[in-house]
Amino acid sequence: MKDLNIVFAGFGGQGILFAGKVVAYAGLIEGRELSWLPSYGPEMRGGTANCSICLSDEPIGSPLVTNPNVLIAMNRPSLDKFVNEVEPGGTILLDSSLIDERVERDDVTVFYVPASKLAEENGLKGLANIILVGKLRKELAFCTEETLDKALQKCIPARKADMLGFNRKALEIGKAQ
Amino acid sequence: MAEKVLMKGNEALAEAAIQAGCHHFFGYPITPQTELAAYMAKRMPKIGGTYLQAESEIAAVNMVLGAAAAGVRAMTSSSSPGISLKGEGISYMAGSDLPALIINVQRGGPGLGGIQPSQSDYWQATKALGHGDFQILVFAPSTVQEMVDLVSDAFDKADEYRMPAMILADGMLGQMMEPVELPEHKDRKLPEKPWAACGHENKREHNIINSLYLTPNALEDLVRARYERYKIVEEKEQRAEEYRTEDADVIVVAYGASSRVARSAVNKAREAGKKVGLIRPITLWPFPKDAIKRAADHAKELLVVEMSMGQMVDDVRLAAECRVPVHFYGRTGGVIPTPKEILGEIDKLLK
Repeated sequence: MKDLNIVFAGFGGQGILFAGKVVAYAGLIEGRELSWLPSYGPEMRGGTANCSICLSDEPIGSPLVTNPNVLIAMNRPSLDKFVNEVEPGGTILLDSSLIDERVERDDVTVFYVPASKLAEENGLKGLANIILVGKLRKELAFCTEETLDKALQKCIPARKADMLGFNRKALEIGKAQ
Repeated sequence: MAEKVLMKGNEALAEAAIQAGCHHFFGYPITPQTELAAYMAKRMPKIGGTYLQAESEIAAVNMVLGAAAAGVRAMTSSSSPGISLKGEGISYMAGSDLPALIINVQRGGPGLGGIQPSQSDYWQATKALGHGDFQILVFAPSTVQEMVDLVSDAFDKADEYRMPAMILADGMLGQMMEPVELPEHKDRKLPEKPWAACGHENKREHNIINSLYLTPNALEDLVRARYERYKIVEEKEQRAEEYRTEDADVIVVAYGASSRVARSAVNKAREAGKKVGLIRPITLWPFPKDAIKRAADHAKELLVVEMSMGQMVDDVRLAAECRVPVHFYGRTGGVIPTPKEILGEIDKLLK
């Protein structure tokens, strides 16, 4: 399978690192090489947060993705920061309910998903991140649906087990977009 | 085989230490290594071990000294500014021939510097961690799995040679997650420590752990004896990974986080038919001079890449003995170089 170098970016508190972890776990479950590298420090509190995820069949070199072939942007500063770094032929997913901007490049595939609005409407506040993961899986098939479900189970701690159902619903909504 | 799990480097270091028989941790929080201490705080009480957050880094390192003197496996961890504070205690441990593990998850410096990954404590770790004539073992992992493996080796070698050991990591390795396989939990048989200052019910002469010697000749003899041991360490314990070096014209030398970026650059260069390889020092002290010497005999250029203004490059130059030009490329202050930048440097040398 093609190597994926993903940047997941947005505000602190949108679950950027968590969503990245779900994708990383999916890679682990399917026995792929992978890395997950977060931005850290004061950035995590209200500023911009992002993480780099590499999925490959070869050992990962630099875990810091500077030229992603997948960008998932959940706010405008993140889109502005990374849009021109995406490799030609790459994919951009953006939360169009938070970003009222069109991507002007014609050498990338862009999916406009009103993820925050969909989350709100379906009683899944805070799960726009997982809606985008569902959409990402549908478009790029980076793992099977079954794997992604298992990854969710791994990432949701036991004390928050009641969140699993909501996360599953978010994946379904993402898939339907 | 144990199941692979995803772990942050910092957490993996902590769990690996526990598996290696270290049940005594003394620390003080600092970004980007705090997850290590937090993990210890959670785990140690469950296994009947000690987790203690000291009032300062200086207190923590001296608690490690005390625990090591009593013969147990003990460790502390910090990041660059905190390691500077521990320097005195580490010198005392070296002067008392005490094994212990110190972890440095490096960040930018000098001073408070920044909190992003850096490799600017190489000189400190390998040459000047404190006052006096001494060395400590320094291991430089480049993956989360290697962090696990080297923790156990570091404790074993520290015990074997009765000297402190350090894992020199950085914020990138500490914060990133990778799949990791932890060693099967088993009761490890730890080496006997007949020199330890612990209870013996008057069955033998009491042991003294001390680093004060007021007679110059006695101190000189002791330091010389220690350096005889260092010589053995230098002969037996050098470690480096050589990657695609056989026919390489340009060999990149990099450790830790920067070696990962360098590996990406080497792979890209090879895809373009360029003869480029990588030497990745795994022990920084003892420095893998033999691997560098071999490289100097067949490569046309060496390119040292560090996340610093150029520190390890000194050791590469010494080991290369002027047989081959040694070049340097570095980013500092918490900036991580990109494979593209390193490729650019490689191309300059291949012209």
